Amino acid sequence: MQRFLFALPLLVALVFGGFFLWGLNPERDPNAIPSVLISRPAPDFELPPVDGVDVPGFSRADLSGNDGPVVVNIFASWCVPCRAEHSVLTRFVEEDGVRLFGINYQDQPEDAARWLDELGNPYERIGSDIDGRVAIDWGLTGVPETFIVGPDGTILFKQIGPILGDDAIRAFTTALEQAQASVAGS
Amino acid sequence: MIRSLLFLSAMMLAVAAHAVEPDEVLSDPVFEERAREVSQALRCVVCQNQDIDSSNAGIARDMRLLVRERILAGDTNQQVLDFMVDRYGSYVLLRPPFNATTALLWFSPVLIGLIAALVAIMVLRGARKTKQRRPEPLSPEEEAEVARALSEMDPKGSLK
Repeated sequence: MQRFLFALPLLVALVFGGFFLWGLNPERDPNAIPSVLISRPAPDFELPPVDGVDVPGFSRADLSGNDGPVVVNIFASWCVPCRAEHSVLTRFVEEDGVRLFGINYQDQPEDAARWLDELGNPYERIGSDIDGRVAIDWGLTGVPETFIVGPDGTILFKQIGPILGDDAIRAFTTALEQAQASVAGS
Repeated sequence: MIRSLLFLSAMMLAVAAHAVEPDEVLSDPVFEERAREVSQALRCVVCQNQDIDSSNAGIARDMRLLVRERILAGDTNQQVLDFMVDRYGSYVLLRPPFNATTALLWFSPVLIGLIAALVAIMVLRGARKTKQRRPEPLSPEEEAEVARALSEMDPKGSLK
């Protein structure tokens, strides 16, 4: 009994110390929002093409039955980080042969067309989500967001915010490689 | 004087502004009331500690419209909440639901209270025990020793 009481301050210090250590971890992002969509099938949706852009729209059906994983990127011409991310996505497509689909979020078609004319269009398909309804089905919190969808139509990875900077690019590349490996393995 | 009092009382009557815009409001006041109720239970996913009813964020507006659309489509309040949870997880609810993963969270205050009560009881009991414990009576040798020590002292109490 007495011994237990003596150990109490040490116990309390350990608990608090552990909590502070966890809080100080620079890797921890307190703003990170857990996604419930990971390892769930992609939502059911159908999006028309963007007027004035010569790639087709797409639906849930286009996301399954592919040879490999597909990257779905939600973007908008008015979104500044999307502009920065565009070159990273383009490099993925051109150098690594990534298949990239885009969801154009709450954008005027002419603005989106002009944006793609200016920066180039790395997207194989682009769906126009003018009212932003489909983006909510994807659990969007803000543009840009990028998903990796497996050949069976399952969402494997989600990146919130632009894929910029070494850490984000590395995390995304790793997830993509894992997705490709799982396809090759099965 | 009266004017400034009026101004002050008017200030006190002011309530938190809501972000719901006139074009969002449903014509049926019952439906609108339910939409407000549901909106106040949903977290704005970009502002994080604000409900969508009072948030001006674009995505919050979209979610408000969606809530109203679901209500008009015949969903109950719970169905609308479930619809949102399906997409954003329980994170989207401002009031954490009670289930297996959150049980610890809900029970922790009770648990901590119980531990505190247990420790308090143990400490109090220990204290009472030491108080009740009477010192053993002195043995004859010890009595003699005390008498000898006392006799060696002068009446003022210091050693000779």
